[in-house]
Amino acid sequence: MPPGITLAADTPQLSAANTGFMLICSALVMLMTPGLAFFYGGMVRVKSTLNMLMMSFISLGIITILWVLYGFSAAFGTDHGGFVGWNGHFLGLSGIGLTQLWPGYTIPIYVFAVFQLMFAIITPALISGALADRVKFTAWALFITLWATVVYFPVAHWVWGTGGWAFDLGVIDFAGGTAVHINAGAAALGVILVIGRRVGFKKDPMRPHSLPLVMLGAGLLWFGWFGFNAGSWLGNDDGVGAVMFVNTQVATAAAMLAWLVYEKLRHGTFTTLGAASGAVAGLVAITPSGGCVSPLGAIAVGAIAGLLCAMAVGLKFRFGYDDSLDVVGVHLVGGVVGSLLIGFFATGGVQSDAKGLFYGGGLGQLGKQAAGVFAVLAYSLVASAILAFLVDKAIGMRVTEDDEVSGIDRTEHAETAYDFSGAGGGATPRNVALVAPVEEHAQARKVDA
Amino acid sequence: MKLITAVVKPHRLDEIKEALQASGVHGLTVTEASGYGRQRGHTEVYRGAEYTVDLVPKIRIEVLVEDDDAEHVTDVIVKAARTGKIGDGKVWSVPVDAAVRVRTGERGPDAL
Repeated sequence: MPPGITLAADTPQLSAANTGFMLICSALVMLMTPGLAFFYGGMVRVKSTLNMLMMSFISLGIITILWVLYGFSAAFGTDHGGFVGWNGHFLGLSGIGLTQLWPGYTIPIYVFAVFQLMFAIITPALISGALADRVKFTAWALFITLWATVVYFPVAHWVWGTGGWAFDLGVIDFAGGTAVHINAGAAALGVILVIGRRVGFKKDPMRPHSLPLVMLGAGLLWFGWFGFNAGSWLGNDDGVGAVMFVNTQVATAAAMLAWLVYEKLRHGTFTTLGAASGAVAGLVAITPSGGCVSPLGAIAVGAIAGLLCAMAVGLKFRFGYDDSLDVVGVHLVGGVVGSLLIGFFATGGVQSDAKGLFYGGGLGQLGKQAAGVFAVLAYSLVASAILAFLVDKAIGMRVTEDDEVSGIDRTEHAETAYDFSGAGGGATPRNVALVAPVEEHAQARKVDA
Repeated sequence: MKLITAVVKPHRLDEIKEALQASGVHGLTVTEASGYGRQRGHTEVYRGAEYTVDLVPKIRIEVLVEDDDAEHVTDVIVKAARTGKIGDGKVWSVPVDAAVRVRTGERGPDAL
């Protein structure tokens, strides 16, 4: 997000173009959460598909309400000590004028609030990939409520809020490398350290049940990410958002290719899951950095991220932590890589004049980036582990071993994802059998006979 | 009567169906199956995690025939299913006590 610098001479006027653009970007970012649901949903075994989808969808419900009630105020209200915001007018989004502009910009506060809401929704949803197959749905709902309140809202304030400490320090995070991806990746690690592995981890086969769903999800993420990244400049008056758009495409392409080449050399094949994962790794890495690198720099950022993430996803087997769908390997590692590479590849010519090491800027920016990375990582890791521990003590984080083995879709949601059997899996209607149309239907059949 | 069961490579199904039709067999049942014999599975890789997939997809064909036809029909299936490579499958037959056509109630060979 750009610093809200305004020259005294040109007080911002509401721009219909920027407002329209930002509403479309908000819708694009909203679509990323269902995209993520499919990306994750295809990667789990068939018995956990619906639970995986629902962990993302419930975030669309819960976080929206929290955001309206107090989330927007906590993240983007007036700064308190660099740590958290507060603005009574933002509570309930009720004290905001229709055409009241977000300070320093040409879009209404309402538009800014709804755009930022979509970021707040997808960030907790990202964590769910690490928790496949085994977390009680009520525990998940409670966890993301607490997590958004204690972790996401403050961290978004640090990074993007006026007066947030990271913002003031000069840490560059264009669209959420630290606030979204490092934050969610570190949280995932914190939670799995508390709740432990899936039953059968490293022993039972845990192949993705539907790679076409994964590809569909990756495609939706890629598409929505243009809103996420290009929209984060909050307008199009100086061309920076357009550079971000270009770099998003370029880095994603480079990362996908890098992952595929690594796989081909290491395992002998180009896999579909590798292509999808590489693309997401590139999207993650360019998120913080796309506003300060050149398109050639974006190729480097994407390729490095694709390569390192492809190597990182194997670590969970070595260290024995069950990051089920590689939230740590892709989002944490990709976010760290993208954030730190700003310190090398920032040209000083796009979003700000901060220069990286390769452009004669010395190590200064790298140091700032490292401070931002470390602070968010450490805070989110520790706070998330504590929250998971508390929820576990209060209501239990995990389903029973029996329920986990027989399938969380059936036990937590009373549904199955697919019915391929001509006989309907032996299902007989129960309560619905009592309503009138069924009786009429039965009588009609009797007459036929 | 005999029940002939064949577990064979999925892509031979059409050949087998045509060969059986040509030799006067009027009906059969096909089920998707998986298993292994001398042919073992293959390796799959997901984000670097390698899996050996042991069970190979097959189709299982069941045909009910009169005793006198059993040997001929078995030969027809074997010939149509054969590719000469490992994993072509197996064909076997077992005696059948009774058979009834559900619609008419016909029994024995008339039900075929």
